[in-house]
Amino acid sequence: MKFGVVAFPGSNCDFDTFYAFHDVMKQPTVWLWHKDHSLKDVDCVVLPGGFSYGDYLRSGAIARFSPLMQEVREFAAKGGLVLGICNGFQVLLELGLLPGAMLRNQHLKFLCRFVSIRLENARTRFTHKGRTGQVLRIPIAHFDGNYFAPPEMLEEIEANGQVVFRYADAEGRLTEEANVNGSLHGIAGLTNRMGNVMGMMPHPERASETLLGSADGRVIFESLISRF
Amino acid sequence: MKVRILVSFKDSVLDPQGQTVKNALHTLGYDAIRDVRQGKVFEIDLAGVSRAEAEKIVPEISDKVLANPIIEKFAWQIIEE
Repeated sequence: MKFGVVAFPGSNCDFDTFYAFHDVMKQPTVWLWHKDHSLKDVDCVVLPGGFSYGDYLRSGAIARFSPLMQEVREFAAKGGLVLGICNGFQVLLELGLLPGAMLRNQHLKFLCRFVSIRLENARTRFTHKGRTGQVLRIPIAHFDGNYFAPPEMLEEIEANGQVVFRYADAEGRLTEEANVNGSLHGIAGLTNRMGNVMGMMPHPERASETLLGSADGRVIFESLISRF
Repeated sequence: MKVRILVSFKDSVLDPQGQTVKNALHTLGYDAIRDVRQGKVFEIDLAGVSRAEAEKIVPEISDKVLANPIIEKFAWQIIEE
């Protein structure tokens, strides 16, 4: 499984993400520069966290116009695997590869901390090594992670089982308190209808080794690597 | 020609920044303030463009780039012919 990590100006989790795939998971991993026109035959494109283009205009709004993102759009349409983490998730929303939008966190704070998320759908290409209902401890670090979708869109996402992660407490209960940024339905991660594109606000690369305080994020990487 | 484009959240979308500004104004005693919505203003200089062309271009760029139609709406006016 060959991974490609996209670097935009302002990405700041790109090296951590590269390290997680290349050094921790021991997978062939290459860099993809936002001005490139080639995806270098990767099997999975990873959009890392950070502040692409300084978050100017809206988070992820400018990155979607990168030459490489036009390739990513075609790659995704053909069923290619795309994972967006944090700012990468925001880019996928702006690009329209995932439904919805991000608002500023409800209490207007930049949140940088460990959270618990509940795995809602373990039948996806990104989560099949986990089990539905499993609670993962993975850090978040964002200002704009308050997920929003109009009612009809939200209903459709839920009906299709596209919600992959929700903010929860350590026991997996979906409480208002656990929904740290005020996301609708506590949504922390979701896939597109086809199930080949996933975005998530928590950073699995920051929870890929016990030394980092948690290795729970590996379930996503292991799912990607192993046969579906 | 110069146009001014105002991008703001749709009425159905909660605006936590506007809420915070409203609360601050209430703290100062401006009790008459019922609601505050915060937005963005773009002033764009268009070269050699007729009014009809502006009416085509401005909504296009607002929908494609300046606003995210899922959460935001826009309004615009010509501020300099």
